[in-house]
Amino acid sequence: MRHIMAKSLAPTDSVRDYLAAQEKKSLLRFLTCGSVDDGKSTLIGRLLSDTKQIFEDQLAALERDSRKHGTTGDDIDFALLVDGLEAEREQGITIDVAYRFFATPKRKFIVADTPGHEQYTRNMATGASTADLAIVLIDARQGVLRQTRRHSIIASLLGIRHIVLAVNKIDLVDFDRAVFDRIVEDYAQFSRDLGFQTIVPIPMSARYGDNVSGRSDNMQWYSGPTLIEHLETVSVEEAAVEQPFRFPVQYVNRPNLDFRGFAGTIASGAIAQGDEVVVAKSGKSSHVKRIVAHGGDLKQAVAGQAITLVLDDEVEVSRGNMLVSPAARPQVADQFAANIVWFDEHALLPGRSYILRTETDQTSATVTDLKYRINVNDFAHEAAKSLEMNEVGICNISTRAPIAFDPFAENRTTGAFILIDRISNATVGAGMIVHSLRRAENIHWQSLDVGKRVRADMKNQRPAVFWFTGLSGSGKSTIANLFEKKLFATGRHTYILDGDNVRHGLNRDLGFTDADRVENIRRVAEVAKLMADAGLIVIVSFISPFSAERRMARELMADGEFIEVFVDTPFEECARRDPKGLYARALNGEIKNFTGVDSPYEAPEKPEIHLKTLGKSAEEMVDALEHWLNERDIAEDQYDNGGGI
Amino acid sequence: MITALTHLQRLEAESIHIFREVAAAFAKPVMLYSVGKDSSVLMHLAMKAFYPAKPPFPFLHVDTTWKFREMIAFRDQMAQKLGFDLLVHVNEDGVRDNINPFDHGSNTHTHVMKTVALRQALDKYGFDAAFGGARRDEEKSRAKERIFSFRNAQHVWDPKNQRPEMWKIFNTRIASGESIRVFPLSNWTELDIWQYILQENIPIVPLYFAKERPVVERDGMLILKDDDRMKLRPGETVENRLVRFRTLGCYPLTGAIESDADTLEAIVGEMLTARTSERQGRLIDRDEAGSMEKKKREGYF
Repeated sequence: MRHIMAKSLAPTDSVRDYLAAQEKKSLLRFLTCGSVDDGKSTLIGRLLSDTKQIFEDQLAALERDSRKHGTTGDDIDFALLVDGLEAEREQGITIDVAYRFFATPKRKFIVADTPGHEQYTRNMATGASTADLAIVLIDARQGVLRQTRRHSIIASLLGIRHIVLAVNKIDLVDFDRAVFDRIVEDYAQFSRDLGFQTIVPIPMSARYGDNVSGRSDNMQWYSGPTLIEHLETVSVEEAAVEQPFRFPVQYVNRPNLDFRGFAGTIASGAIAQGDEVVVAKSGKSSHVKRIVAHGGDLKQAVAGQAITLVLDDEVEVSRGNMLVSPAARPQVADQFAANIVWFDEHALLPGRSYILRTETDQTSATVTDLKYRINVNDFAHEAAKSLEMNEVGICNISTRAPIAFDPFAENRTTGAFILIDRISNATVGAGMIVHSLRRAENIHWQSLDVGKRVRADMKNQRPAVFWFTGLSGSGKSTIANLFEKKLFATGRHTYILDGDNVRHGLNRDLGFTDADRVENIRRVAEVAKLMADAGLIVIVSFISPFSAERRMARELMADGEFIEVFVDTPFEECARRDPKGLYARALNGEIKNFTGVDSPYEAPEKPEIHLKTLGKSAEEMVDALEHWLNERDIAEDQYDNGGGI
Repeated sequence: MITALTHLQRLEAESIHIFREVAAAFAKPVMLYSVGKDSSVLMHLAMKAFYPAKPPFPFLHVDTTWKFREMIAFRDQMAQKLGFDLLVHVNEDGVRDNINPFDHGSNTHTHVMKTVALRQALDKYGFDAAFGGARRDEEKSRAKERIFSFRNAQHVWDPKNQRPEMWKIFNTRIASGESIRVFPLSNWTELDIWQYILQENIPIVPLYFAKERPVVERDGMLILKDDDRMKLRPGETVENRLVRFRTLGCYPLTGAIESDADTLEAIVGEMLTARTSERQGRLIDRDEAGSMEKKKREGYF
């Protein structure tokens, strides 16, 4: 390619005018979604091409690639313009969302081209979360498909209120109005309850450009706008400035003792110097002394601006809290109902502990109740014990610490959160808060006069939870039993929670699915916690195969009170011993979900005590446990008496 | 009273938000400073984000030893003027082996002196988050990348398995040794960058402005003969031509364009009529299809 001689003929004044005009343009963020092969990427390629966003060198590369990977014969395959990953071009599919930028004389656009495959729904949700409008593509030959419905539901849940129903490939049905009308009617029926403010159906051919930027001569019967005309004029303005002031504190800026600024982005409303604000979680109030900005303080600021506030008083505010309007405050609660879209291949399990992250706050959270799953075909509410990848459901959520929020329907910024897996750190789900649960507001902690310390002192001991984990038949119960006898003999107050025994009573309603195993452990952990609170030394003897639940149990207990004991006996040895005859049956396929056979056991990485049982007696194990306990108690006594550290 | 933000105000706020999020959530962030126009904008935004404090992280320049001399002078001048903490890293193994773009080609040179050098620097200091100035409109694999882009302990990007990125809620959690590359300019276009430079009066390297410069025409590109390490091939001559650069990298790999645009307004005016993308002047993108993605997977920014 030859280097080019660029022309810089435009006089300075006209450039300034041009830029001033650019600056006044509004911005529309939208996404394209729908089922596989409905032509999403082709449509974006067409939009970029029609609005002259493709440079000569890019066009040359596109022609090259079209010959190599294209699916459109000798024509340019516009999909290759957005399918930027090698794997995408090789497989001819879209895997991840691509962001493209274009402008017309009237507006600027950021478009997210999202994948149609169900497998990549999480990437579609990523694109939808920052969009104000969705173009739902439909192949005129196929009509409304399962993915059309799934994407529409997700768009609706994520707060998108404007839909363009692009009935694409209309050329392949001979520009037939009846086909178009039938699809429009189908979609209207289906989406009735999705809360969309506008649905604009447009018949088009993305490949040939009919009704994209230019009006089509092939469809005299269609009198509505072209796609570009509609995108240029549709009003999606949310009156975020009119809403109550919400300022999630993101970063405390403290360069020296004389300056303490709260930095963040205004989620909604407006603020001015002198205004009163309230700290959401504490209810303390103060006034805005300064709105600090590079280049001079501001008098006022509005939703969307990233600012730094200095307050009149030294009120306690840290990241994760919110400064809000005193007249209309957000909710502060540790229990709420939320819509959840699940992204991870490991299903959402009620009772399992996840990390919950709002824009600036973070705490741990469990789903206490999965109320129902939404069937994407007919919106039926289905009972479910877990939420699989790409499923949508409504859940009750309980957090370890209260968070400040608004319902998502009222505020897309302060009503949203994500869930993160504690071990892999993967983003496993997205949540939209519906409302707080009244019980969080009404059940206050009873403050009790007799405390844990007093109860334990009376027994002349320190509380502890020895958590035995290991395969069935590894020797947990035998060792636990002997250990308790020994403690009892030295005057300690103890209790054993045994897996089998608890399943006969408290947990008799639970089976052995992953979801039930998680709930099994959660209940036992809570009981162990109450017992430790009563001052007891608790011995929990449970297979507890998942590290996530053991970690959850650990986090429930006070520091130093949770002692993970890995009873480490190889699978072959357990199967050989087979004290209850279970391995034989499981290996025969008579028992399902048996740990070590067809259900996984995740060995502890850093247990406090690691008991390798092979070739050792139960007495030797118990000696090791007792030794550990005595060492801990001595260390803590020293610490308490100031003799240690 | 203002009610709606302008396009640039929205982009600015988004970038500042990203800067602050990293400062709040990571133990040891760093900003990759490559001295070009995007880096100038990035630096300006970082100064704004933490005002009245200085950015709470150092700036790192990975010096391939083949940058334009004017870039190095500008870099040192900015560090002094703004008072930020500047780290410069050179891959000394590459220097010892005399890796250079003329003998080893753009691919090997970029890999050793840029990608490997960057990994060395990140490992040496133990940075857990690194800001870069990449924009999604630059190139199609960049168009696919998250704002917070996860890297495993080997600095590898897995484009087929990116974390979902919802709203402005960023997942900043990583295990030890892993890191995140952060792109505050993801949603800016080339035009936005120039418009912002004009609006905020941001200093940029003079190479962006047209001037008579000694250039050699080679492989269809105009290469500035920045020092004596560039040897002329038979038939080549050095000519003084009125040129400027639309993008800046290593001087032997970056083509100039003939232009008389010597003011910001003229540059913008020229850009509006341009028929080629800015990366057209970058030799490294032309080596093979999917070239950028491959480099990125290996740890390139």
